[in-house]
Amino acid sequence: MYGVPSSDAAVIQVDALTRTFEVKAETVEAVRGLSFEVQAGELVAFLGPNGAGKSTTVRMLTTLLPPSSGRARVGGHDVVREPEQVRQRIGYVGQGTGAGPFHTVRDELVTQGLAQRMSKAAALRRADELIEMLELDGLAKRLASTLSGGQRRRLDVALGLVHAPPVLFLDEPSTGLDPHSRANLWEHILALRRATGMTIFLTTHYLEEADAMAERVMIIDHGVLIANDTPERLKSEHAGDRIRIEVADADSVGRAAEVAEQLPSARALERGERSVAITVREGNRLLPELIQALQRNAIEVAGASVRRPTLDDVFLDLTGRSLREGVAA
Amino acid sequence: MRFASDVLISFRREIAPTLRSWYYVLFGLVQPLLYLGLFVPMLHDVPTGTAASPLQWFVPGMVVMLILFTTVTCGWSLTEELLSGAFERLLATPMSRPAILVGRALKELAPLLVQAVIVIGVAVPFGLALHVVPVLVGLVLLLAFGIGVAALSYALAIATRRDGSLFYMVTHSVALPLMLLGGVLLPMDMAPRWLYLASRANPLTYLVEAERALFAGELATVAVGYGAAVAGAVAVVGLWTGARTIRKASL
Repeated sequence: MYGVPSSDAAVIQVDALTRTFEVKAETVEAVRGLSFEVQAGELVAFLGPNGAGKSTTVRMLTTLLPPSSGRARVGGHDVVREPEQVRQRIGYVGQGTGAGPFHTVRDELVTQGLAQRMSKAAALRRADELIEMLELDGLAKRLASTLSGGQRRRLDVALGLVHAPPVLFLDEPSTGLDPHSRANLWEHILALRRATGMTIFLTTHYLEEADAMAERVMIIDHGVLIANDTPERLKSEHAGDRIRIEVADADSVGRAAEVAEQLPSARALERGERSVAITVREGNRLLPELIQALQRNAIEVAGASVRRPTLDDVFLDLTGRSLREGVAA
Repeated sequence: MRFASDVLISFRREIAPTLRSWYYVLFGLVQPLLYLGLFVPMLHDVPTGTAASPLQWFVPGMVVMLILFTTVTCGWSLTEELLSGAFERLLATPMSRPAILVGRALKELAPLLVQAVIVIGVAVPFGLALHVVPVLVGLVLLLAFGIGVAALSYALAIATRRDGSLFYMVTHSVALPLMLLGGVLLPMDMAPRWLYLASRANPLTYLVEAERALFAGELATVAVGYGAAVAGAVAVVGLWTGARTIRKASL
């Protein structure tokens, strides 16, 4: 943040960033006073429902949209005052298709290299390199409009990586892809990240994607940052593990509930006909303890399970709404 | 220097698909050749102010019309890339924005210049006198004019990107009166007084007159000067508007 000394390694610094749009004589505040930092090499996910302000933020960070107020620096340069320096340091994979429909795969990669100030020879070399890295072999001379959804998205990523940028923005990279293509795309992205150590700023409304891929999740809702931590910590702080114990005898439910309530951090106890459910932190570690305690109290345990929380539980806890509601899967 | 190389990058990108389907350029010749074959013969008894072949009077105006009608609608091709994300991808690179537009506009103009040269070549055996240097100057003026109109068309495409039919309505309701009032088809001297006055207020009129003067072999005349001023002004205003629209638009 400005005013506060920030770490030298921050490649993205956002301070009180806002963006308003005029829609039919009404002012819509898409992004309202965002402040955060991303350190070099981090893989951060920007998670939120559709219309939360994710893309608007990315478009400001990539110099495509001027902020209404506030400041942002990417790669050490101000997005408003030094857009050209920012553009040289970022790769941008937007929501749409980056390649033109009537252009060939290789032509687009070479054009992108030239646009990023590479020499003709370097652009050609890099195009072939990326075609191989992203498994686009044999497609080099095909028109982009003839590619499958997964191939097209890999080409988009390749286009973003032509100049080996230190920061890569991925705006909803896997939307519309089938699960197989999605997994395949991520394999490539993660391999490239391992090889280069680049910073990745990802927006997504897929909870599982944010959970599995990101080292840090920032949750945005109505243009405001409402959470910012590792997925693990967010889940244990805002959700916790749900332990469910099935007892053999309906009469022992009451006693089982008393025992379960003694667990550290226990909350949200729920009694079923032959079961007890309770939310705790670190459910995996507490489950054996709980079973032993139940046995000491002569309660016969018929079954047990721990459900790990999802980021949806976190979102539910923070907003009272489910993220899945808005997402027609 | 960087601007020129960016123009070249943009032009090369856009022209590649055109080169792959070059036969469309030939299809584009059908309309002007139909005018030459089916319309020009009617001009024999029309007072065009010259004793030479009616082709001498008609061809320069028709070339202006060809450029105007194609460049005014070329924003359409941008609409597609605006919606798909391909244009945005280039905007996120360090390329100069006006250079991206100029490159795109040149891509529209290159086939038109080829067509214009063919039309001129076809008309020569039928009585068009060819003055090479003035005609080349005429083509350069058309190039500047076309870049400006194309840039305005891109600006319009960005402004109306959510509504394709609005784009067509606006372009046609601007281009058609410009063409009719520009005296492309018939001499405006024949027009009623009010129509003649309206044509004098039409910038295109001066470009058409400059092209006619250049095709007749004039170079350093008032008519050519006015036409050059119009072409230059359209280029500057067009590029300024286009670059500004890109910067301001929340694409």
